[in-house]
Amino acid sequence: MAMIEIRNVSKWYGAFQVLKDCTSRVEKGEVVVVCGPSGSGKSTLIKTVNGLEPFQQGEIVVNGTSVGAAKTNLPKVRAQIGMVFQNFELFPHMSITDNLTLAQVKVLGRTREAAVEKGHKLLERVGLLNQKDKYPGQLSGGQQQRVAIARALSMDPIAMLFDEPTSALDPEMINEVLDVMVELAREGMTMMVVTHEMGFARKVAHRVVFMDHGQIVEDCTKDEFFGTPRSERAQAFLSKILHH
Amino acid sequence: MGGEFDWTVIWKYREALWDGMLTSLKLFAIALAGGIFFGTLLALARLSSWKALSLPAAGFVNLIRAIPFIMAIFWFYFLTPMIVSKFTGQQGEAVGPFTSAVVAFIMVESAYYSEIIRAGIQSIPRGQPAAAYALGMTYWQSMGHIVLPQAFRNMLPVMLTQAVILFQDTSLVYVVALKDFLGAASKAGQLTGRIVELYLFVAVVFFILCFAASWGVKRLQARLAVAR
Repeated sequence: MAMIEIRNVSKWYGAFQVLKDCTSRVEKGEVVVVCGPSGSGKSTLIKTVNGLEPFQQGEIVVNGTSVGAAKTNLPKVRAQIGMVFQNFELFPHMSITDNLTLAQVKVLGRTREAAVEKGHKLLERVGLLNQKDKYPGQLSGGQQQRVAIARALSMDPIAMLFDEPTSALDPEMINEVLDVMVELAREGMTMMVVTHEMGFARKVAHRVVFMDHGQIVEDCTKDEFFGTPRSERAQAFLSKILHH
Repeated sequence: MGGEFDWTVIWKYREALWDGMLTSLKLFAIALAGGIFFGTLLALARLSSWKALSLPAAGFVNLIRAIPFIMAIFWFYFLTPMIVSKFTGQQGEAVGPFTSAVVAFIMVESAYYSEIIRAGIQSIPRGQPAAAYALGMTYWQSMGHIVLPQAFRNMLPVMLTQAVILFQDTSLVYVVALKDFLGAASKAGQLTGRIVELYLFVAVVFFILCFAASWGVKRLQARLAVAR
């Protein structure tokens, strides 16, 4: 059974169709990179996986639970899936430690002490334990995104979703975030990553999904994707982002 | 008028004036707390995607904001006793000017505060509740821990400014013969014929309280601007 199963998903904003009959899957321990030009629907697709974006047709099953079903306890599903956003979305009115512990205490019911211990362990892992008492606004973008990854991991997720995690970063900060993600991938975390970082895809992806105009036009192994892309659009997109 | 001011009347009626001030402050505190509490609920209802909630909330807010405050106070003075007697079955049971003033003030202030709080909630980027939901939080957890604390912080200066206006508006209760600070001064003025002294005193007290509050708001604004 796949960890994330996306079956014939379609979504409309009014009359405009943003997702067209998308089908894909992420196996346990698999790293799937989703790429494509902006406006292709890749961010929307990844947000449907944990129900942040509703969809009108099709089905998404995460670890055996149908996300779109009316009776599904969405908070419970979401608590199991970590998500990292383009703009970090740390909570600016809370210290780094509180950012890491709030959901552990309120959602998972952990004690404050256990949550702090877990949070600090993860901060150490992303190399930011010395920032634990600061506020998000005092950190650089790269540091904030590493905290955001630690925050998602603090919930012991069964899978991680990354929505363009490096797009809002200055170039010199991209690698510190990618390094954390590569390490995570090598440890066997199930990951679905929307990104333009093809270097990351080459390094750790098992499969690459290429989207254009709301459709999945390629869904193949990494070697197939970088070797002989089957669609012209993927070819054009790759040559555009690889040649600079 | 004898040309000379006689300020001793203020001292002579100090107890009545103090009682009036206490009534004003009590009304102010209840109206402020009730206005912010129900204003928050109204704002959440108005921002709801559920039309059965958002439309009545919008209707209520627009209605209240479109009528003069003093009308609302009058209405509730006459309406609340009628409604109460409808429910309890007791005829002609008057709830008294203070209770009806409290009801009127909470309703009017909740309409005003809901607009402030709604703007505050809308000033928070949508990614914030999204991040809270992604961590498994419910709507109320996301609102209570993430969105509202930031919204209130952003809106604090405007909310305090509204509180200053509210405090001044408490003097409107003279229309239902409630003895607030202004009412007590009026009464003392009528009894002694020293209405000018007493009204000047009322003006000075209101000025000092409201000016101090406005000054505090300004300082707070400066501090919040640095902290961000």
